[in-house]
Amino acid sequence: MTVERHEYCALALADAFRGDGEILASPIGNLPTIAARLAKLVFEPGLLLTDGVATLLAEVPPIGVGAAIMAEGFMPYRSVFDVVWSGRRHVIMGASQIDRYGNQNICAIGDYRRPAAQLLGMRGAPGNTINHPTTYWIPQHSKRVFCAKVDVVSGVGYDRARALGPSARFHEIRRVVSNLGVFDFATPDRTMRLASVHPGVRIEDVVENTGFELVLPPEIPPTRSPTQEELRLLREVLDPKGLGKKELLQ
Amino acid sequence: MIDKRLSEDEVIAELRDGMVIGIGGWASRRKPMSLVRAIARSTLRDLTIVSYAGPDVGLLCALGKVKRVVFGFASLDSIPLEPHFRNARQRGLIESEEYDEGMLQWGLYAAASRLPFLPTRAGLGSDVMRINPELRTVRSPYADGEELVAMKALELDVALIHMNRADRSGNGQFLGPDPYFDPLFCQAAKRRFMSAESIVDTAELTRNASLLTLCINRMMVDGVVEAPLGAHFTECLPDYPRDEEFQKKYAATAKDPALFESFVDRYVRVSQAEYIQAVRTA
Repeated sequence: MTVERHEYCALALADAFRGDGEILASPIGNLPTIAARLAKLVFEPGLLLTDGVATLLAEVPPIGVGAAIMAEGFMPYRSVFDVVWSGRRHVIMGASQIDRYGNQNICAIGDYRRPAAQLLGMRGAPGNTINHPTTYWIPQHSKRVFCAKVDVVSGVGYDRARALGPSARFHEIRRVVSNLGVFDFATPDRTMRLASVHPGVRIEDVVENTGFELVLPPEIPPTRSPTQEELRLLREVLDPKGLGKKELLQ
Repeated sequence: MIDKRLSEDEVIAELRDGMVIGIGGWASRRKPMSLVRAIARSTLRDLTIVSYAGPDVGLLCALGKVKRVVFGFASLDSIPLEPHFRNARQRGLIESEEYDEGMLQWGLYAAASRLPFLPTRAGLGSDVMRINPELRTVRSPYADGEELVAMKALELDVALIHMNRADRSGNGQFLGPDPYFDPLFCQAAKRRFMSAESIVDTAELTRNASLLTLCINRMMVDGVVEAPLGAHFTECLPDYPRDEEFQKKYAATAKDPALFESFVDRYVRVSQAEYIQAVRTA
């Protein structure tokens, strides 16, 4: 059975939750949502998931179907911030720009005072990144996104975290997943490293589409393939309408 | 019991140019839109708006009512970016005081608690510190000596919120999925005005609903406005979902000044009763 690109992405995002245990998973986007649900079904049963509003889900439903769902708890916005402060959370966010230290911009393009493009705003990125693990999901890998310098820092990167000292002790960028590969910061100076390439992608493709010098370890493995069971869950249970693939094609 | 019922226009008469006004709800959810429209058609100006922002901020920016916005995002939910707010930012028409969403909560909580600030890690290392140069850090007086952001109190002159139900003395009830930060907005403000889909007898509030839905009590409220469809076109569950078609129409006016002018004529420079009529015949 041929594994499709978006399925490698979902798997790489799901693997980001390994070891998290009983925490709130806050995936933003279709593939991150599918990934968190896959992680819960396969190897992280303790994860808490919401319906994207204020209900904690007792079950693991497919996305985009709107089925009635059993609740296991109440998580209004005000409680979400309490969870952020506590650190019992792992968020998957997007990035309009990200640099080699993992500084992320979802706020604005150009000069902050009068931006060329007003984007989402700071949202929860500053608080998320300084309080609990963060993973980034970038469905269209390009030099525009993976750039030398972000215009506004919303999510905090490793260079800035290091400068803060002990106040940044809860800072962790778990990984960055794009449509081309998986990236981490397991380098002496905490700059971004190519950890694996998705099957079908050449390393040159990754390098050519990245606007900064990426650390390339001597051995770059392919992103792991799903098991038969993981593939079945992705295709038949979690995403029957194929919303994950659409996110990659946008 | 004090009868606190007012009309939209009586609420607006309490407001002044340059005030700091906090608006409840979240993005395009349960916004006090009838009160927002009443501000939009008033002569008020130079307002500072504090909001988990949606079309409340967009509409007031588009009509030149706003000097400064205190926010963490501005979204219409199903349309991710608030288009009128984008216009105002990209044309340099408003001052921007932007925080992390959680810092915004902390600032309101500090004001509600009559504290000058509350410490938090949120903001450290991010450009929130650069774009808000007056923001300071504080060092823990205990052995850890940790450096933290001193999130300043966001004191409001006025809070405006919309609830599903209220009684005439100012007890308010949310029946939807989330109270958002509406209680905090009221607690952070000197004067508090609440609209509601309907005003009912106090006994009605808990006849079929849990006590936990009574998130607003009457010492948090100075005036109550009965406003059926008062949150339209934002969502006000379970009374009504977001009017997505209407929202699309609103969003489209950001690209076309003539279209915006006719939108304002039809839907803003009208009373709430005329508004409901216009929506029903749209």
